[in-house]
Amino acid sequence: MTRIEKLLTELKRKNKKALVVFLTAGYPDIKTTEKIILDIEKYADIIELGIPFSDPIADGATIQYSSQKSLEKKINLKKIFSIVKNIRKKTDIPIVLMGYLNPIYNFGLERFYNIAEKTGVDGVIIPDLSNEDSGIPRGGIKKLAKTYNIAFIPFIALTTENHRAKKIAESSTGFVYITAVTGITGARKDVSNDLIPYLTMMRKETKTPLLVGFGISKPEHIKKLKNYCDGFIVGSAVIELIRQKKSVESFIKQLKKSINNF
Amino acid sequence: MLPDKNGYYGQFGGRFVPETLMSAIFELENFYKKVKLDKNFKREFSFYLTNYAGRPTPLYFAKNLSRKFGSKIYLKREDLCHTGSHKINNALGQALLAKKMGKTRIIAETGAGQHGVAVATVCALFGIKCDVYMGDADIKRQSLNVFRMKLLGANVIPVHSGSCTLKDAINEAMRDWVTNVKTTYYLIGSCVGPHPYPLIVRDFQSVIGKEARKQILEVEKKLPDYLVACVGGGSNSIGLFHPFYNDKSVKFIGVEAGGLGLLSGKHSASIECGKIGVLHGTKTFILQDKNGQILPTHSVSAGLDYPGVGPEHSFYKQTGRASYVSVTDCEAIDGFKLLSESEGIIPALESAHAIAYLTKMAMKLKNKIVIVCLSGRGDKDIDITHK
Repeated sequence: MTRIEKLLTELKRKNKKALVVFLTAGYPDIKTTEKIILDIEKYADIIELGIPFSDPIADGATIQYSSQKSLEKKINLKKIFSIVKNIRKKTDIPIVLMGYLNPIYNFGLERFYNIAEKTGVDGVIIPDLSNEDSGIPRGGIKKLAKTYNIAFIPFIALTTENHRAKKIAESSTGFVYITAVTGITGARKDVSNDLIPYLTMMRKETKTPLLVGFGISKPEHIKKLKNYCDGFIVGSAVIELIRQKKSVESFIKQLKKSINNF
Repeated sequence: MLPDKNGYYGQFGGRFVPETLMSAIFELENFYKKVKLDKNFKREFSFYLTNYAGRPTPLYFAKNLSRKFGSKIYLKREDLCHTGSHKINNALGQALLAKKMGKTRIIAETGAGQHGVAVATVCALFGIKCDVYMGDADIKRQSLNVFRMKLLGANVIPVHSGSCTLKDAINEAMRDWVTNVKTTYYLIGSCVGPHPYPLIVRDFQSVIGKEARKQILEVEKKLPDYLVACVGGGSNSIGLFHPFYNDKSVKFIGVEAGGLGLLSGKHSASIECGKIGVLHGTKTFILQDKNGQILPTHSVSAGLDYPGVGPEHSFYKQTGRASYVSVTDCEAIDGFKLLSESEGIIPALESAHAIAYLTKMAMKLKNKIVIVCLSGRGDKDIDITHK
């Protein structure tokens, strides 16, 4: 069992929902990324660190912007691993890395998973890796994730057909990332109307924890959905706050409250 | 015959896209498999190629060039297609697919604007709503084509992100597709992108090579020694090369954009200088920095200004079936002038790269038969070459 699976099982036992907070690694700089993680550690259950990429096709304007700014500061995987290493000295909060395949492939897949394990990364999310390609060649990324005990976290979208969605959910060793909208990342007024029926269907199909992301930006979204899933991922809304130099901590605290009705 | 069932050509290809698109990709793949065998579809496609696009295009014996090089040089005249380039072949095929799939909106990316014009044209023909993404830098240098697209009723959406060229237009088109996937068909213009696009584009462009093969056998009673074509994403070249794949004596030469020279770092020679990676849904040779970030590219020709290449070309490169070379901006402009002055044909700057390579391979050209793909005409480039 990966640490992510253990955490989510434990939360479920306590009838609690998980809150995952996405930060673009190195935006606006490494120090701030590290500081925010420590600030929100008591409210967030998992930190998702984004590896910036020059051509993020699944991301909206907000994360495109933070990625570009981070790249201008010459952030790369080596530096991101050193962020994780630093953080690990101060907190045990689970950390997953989210990144497009090319920088990871370029780094060397085996080398990436090896160093990820050594520095204390708990899971990896690759938004442009399809279920069909994750096993190529011969076991590929799924196998590496298993070898190094790093959670393999796949996506399911509202457009994913049931039979395939079930297969994808079963391949996960952490949670399933369910996209709340048919589209790219970015804060939205409301989530898709198709979402609740979809989550209800998925709940029947699998025991794998279902976490909802893309467009989640308000306590109302969480209230509406929390009986149908196991947790939430917030990203663009957080990046917007950082961009406007506003407190991330109070926002995350507020979201956490709406999740668990403190 | 490649690709395999997961869309791989050897180790290249695949479908590396956000999950939201996977259902659309399967839908397209299954639909295309059926349609490919459907007699009515074939008949309809062939009808439009003949009566609308003006096919078959001539295989023209370039007498003056031939004399200059001491070999028989034939030009496959894709520049004579309706809209002025080979892009219409693929645009017609895919628009017919989209129509049969019941999609009500078509989006496309464009670099030089030739693909954008071809898509705008077929959308006008079939009455489908059309949005074309185009990098801001390309809008400025290919203004004639922007005007044509608008005249044809398409909406041209400027892209301001990244290097403001073809790669960024593809990023934006993919984001649009992720968002509007239920109603929208993404009409990719080159043999790039996730499977099944490289296959579909190759199939629709193979008409170039099929005709050329038949035509050369009629005139020369034998196969050519060389096929020469420019490679950006690689659609005109794969269209010419593929039907000759099993004719082992025929050598394929793909000409990439050498920009200001390969050592300058300002070029678009993805196969010669790239590393294997994943971009826009496919595993292929890519121009990238040491951290796997995609590098800005440069070429005088907007249509070749792309940091990746179709996966089938990467496969040809790795297996040695084709060789890939490059010519610089200056050499391409010399090629542009050479063809204009010697044959009275003004080529697109993209195609001028293929012409220019004849000068570089002149040593090998004694009593050989060469087919050069003249992928497009050069009216759009008059402003650039004037400078």
